[in-house]
Amino acid sequence: MPQILVEDLRKTFKVNRRQSGFFNSLKAFAHRQTTTVNALNGISFNLEEGELVGYIGPNGAGKSTTIKIMSGILTPDSGKCEVMGRIPWRQRIEHVRRIGVVFGQRTQLWWDVPVGDSFDLLKDIYKIPFQQYQKTKNELVESLGLQKLVETPVRQLSLGQKMRCELAASLLHQPQILFLDEPTIGLDAVSKLAVRDFIKKINRERGVTVILTTHDMDDIEALCSRIMLIGKGKILLDGTIEQIRNRISPERIMTIDFVRTPPSIAFPGVNSVRGEDGRLELHFNPSVISATDLINRITANNEIKDFIIENLPIEETIARMYDEFKI
Amino acid sequence: MKAYFSILKLRFAVQLQYRAAAAAGLFTQFFFGFVRVMVFHAFYLFNTTIQPMSLEQTVTYTWLGQMVFRTLPLGGDSEVLGLIRSGNFAYELCRPLNLYFFWYCRLISKVAVSLILNGLPLLFIVCFLPQSYGLIAPSTASSVVSFSVSLVGALLLGCAVANIISISTLWTLSGDGVQRLLPALVMIFSGNIVPLAFFPEWAQPALRYLPFSGLMDIPFRLYLGTLPPAQVFTLLTLQLTCAGVFIGLGLWLLSSATKRAVVQGG
Repeated sequence: MPQILVEDLRKTFKVNRRQSGFFNSLKAFAHRQTTTVNALNGISFNLEEGELVGYIGPNGAGKSTTIKIMSGILTPDSGKCEVMGRIPWRQRIEHVRRIGVVFGQRTQLWWDVPVGDSFDLLKDIYKIPFQQYQKTKNELVESLGLQKLVETPVRQLSLGQKMRCELAASLLHQPQILFLDEPTIGLDAVSKLAVRDFIKKINRERGVTVILTTHDMDDIEALCSRIMLIGKGKILLDGTIEQIRNRISPERIMTIDFVRTPPSIAFPGVNSVRGEDGRLELHFNPSVISATDLINRITANNEIKDFIIENLPIEETIARMYDEFKI
Repeated sequence: MKAYFSILKLRFAVQLQYRAAAAAGLFTQFFFGFVRVMVFHAFYLFNTTIQPMSLEQTVTYTWLGQMVFRTLPLGGDSEVLGLIRSGNFAYELCRPLNLYFFWYCRLISKVAVSLILNGLPLLFIVCFLPQSYGLIAPSTASSVVSFSVSLVGALLLGCAVANIISISTLWTLSGDGVQRLLPALVMIFSGNIVPLAFFPEWAQPALRYLPFSGLMDIPFRLYLGTLPPAQVFTLLTLQLTCAGVFIGLGLWLLSSATKRAVVQGG
């Protein structure tokens, strides 16, 4: 049996609407207009223990709603959701004991006391035995570099520091599943890397199942073995990054620096985009022409300085995917 | 249980960080108490009829009121209101605790902290005031016991009311309306402004059976020993029943609120 089982999950929200302007506010005062938004429109998937899954989709696609249902915060309208054999919103207290949650835009730390005090409170809330708590805390402090931060009041931490503390706070009770809702939002490059490395580490070393939503495609590329794409409340794609790349576009990019002016290239399956200073960018389909073939044919007649082969940037793949599904 | 105790500890630590606030609170309580005491002195000086309480009793009642002032349910828990408005409420539901008692305990700890940081120092200060300006000692040993029991009852009741206000914010989002209306009711009908005994005879039964009398009036009259012994048990039961009813109502409201709660945005 999978660790997380979701079947035909549905959730609608009522949204108040009115046009701007004073007259319209008067009208809305007398008569409210609401529209129903289908946040989730029949979502189904399974997750096995130890997976690291990226859950992506544009803003408003239903990512956070799914996370909130799986973590027992929201009650869905209909459908099935079982996490470790429990129904999150019915058996909330038993359920939340075994999961950890980080909402990138919220905070769970007590604002005006040092981080360590918040940790101590969580220890008692989750009834973590003292020995285990000390051990886990020390490990987390070590691997997230929190030595100095633990003694600082939360209000004086930077965003990156706070996020590292949030991650530690959500793992003190050694959950088997970790839900991360935009954990890297607003972080600088260094903090992002630290957070990423850490997520990878706990997934590998402790076998914690991680479900991650993000808009940062580098997060996805660096971390996730599996991607689920959601749009308009439905799962549109579910697979590995490679599968999704191939599904959207198998295209590769070869950038070549020539010694002299680049020649014009006209091979089947190759599109050339001219760059500056003797540089040429070739978009090619590896199933029509292989990379070795292409470079051999070019070097046969031209002297080159350097070349690089890349995948289509992940951002671009995702943008094309959103475009293709019209979400 | 340990979790709830731990919240108490943390909240105490938080309050201790704000020394200026504690000092200011103490000064305010003392100042307004003193103004009221002076008003009662003037009132009794020119008084020609028999009043329901003696001057000393009224002054004592006033000081006791100032000591427990911060425990009155004048609004919801500001911390919880903040959580609801900011959406950090989502995390509250991720804790393996009964949310109602989690919040209730936060209130209890807030109230306990204010009793320790405001009430006790004020008690210490008024002990040094000259006679008829300060506190008179409780009448008998049994009045100390019944006062202590009903003081705990008052805290339980007050927090149950305040918790309902916090919970109502899940519907209204701002809570401002209730926050303005309630203090007026609480301050008048608990006896905080004028002891309930001074209200007209015809209003007495209603005042007694309103839940607000349990917040101050009942414990203070037990302290002064002005209640007929036969009524002590009835009033204590009434007070604790009120607390029970408000807790029950709060539990029900919160469970129906969480079923329909929406954490907006992101």
